Amino acid sequence: MPTARVLKLAVTGTAAGLLSGLLGVGGGVVMVPLLVLWLGYEERAATGTSLAAIVVIAGMATIAQGAYGNVDVAKGLLVGVPAVGGVLLGTWLQQRVPSRTIGLLFAMLMVAVAVDLIVS
Amino acid sequence: MILAVVMGAAGGVVSGMLGVGGGILFVPALSLVLSLSQVKAEATSLLAIIPVALAGALRQSRYGNVRLRDAAVLGPVSAVGVAGGVALSNAISERALKISFAVLILGVAGQFLLRFWRSRGAAGSEPGGRFFSRSEQNLPRSRGAGNSISGDE
Repeated sequence: MPTARVLKLAVTGTAAGLLSGLLGVGGGVVMVPLLVLWLGYEERAATGTSLAAIVVIAGMATIAQGAYGNVDVAKGLLVGVPAVGGVLLGTWLQQRVPSRTIGLLFAMLMVAVAVDLIVS
Repeated sequence: MILAVVMGAAGGVVSGMLGVGGGILFVPALSLVLSLSQVKAEATSLLAIIPVALAGALRQSRYGNVRLRDAAVLGPVSAVGVAGGVALSNAISERALKISFAVLILGVAGQFLLRFWRSRGAAGSEPGGRFFSRSEQNLPRSRGAGNSISGDE
């Protein structure tokens, strides 16, 4: 990988991590737009790569939070197991809509996150 | 409880469609519906995100949409960023930070809308348009450095 690209990825990852540590917003909200607008990713590839990175981020963060006794495993599974069904449906659906629609939906998600930050 | 299951499933759909963890729905499901404290809800949401992101990433890699080498840089670097963010959050006014980040992502949302607007009419050249095909985008692509779109290689 060229150095400039590694640097961009490192900045993207650091920004995603910093903001999720600071504000509790997920890394994906930061990573996907940076991958698309800065690293020239196609929307689908940005979302897929973001998910792979999130596995690592959420895994490490869960271990850290678990050490503080903040993780309720039963309730996590109650939400997480149906969500696995949801993500399979979501990725299936995503292959069947145009990239630009994914971009539009993502813009709506960003507006929702912004509103949530302002009202909270 | 059924509401929490439904919100979980909906969060999964958002995750799969948009490549985020799904916490935007998991956290309220855990705090408002399952009455966890905000801190515990956010922590527990992280646990729920692991299988979701894993299933989504595996599925997306079958469609050729995961650049594993890039993800291998992003993930660990982010984890370091999280630690920095947590430390910083104790030093900075959270309110000001939230507002500035909200403004920032609204700006980014605007850029996405602009892209959407500019690409109108190009939908026909999308891989197969809606709902039918699995052409170009769904074929496995070479992993790693290859990124024909970016032009900054």
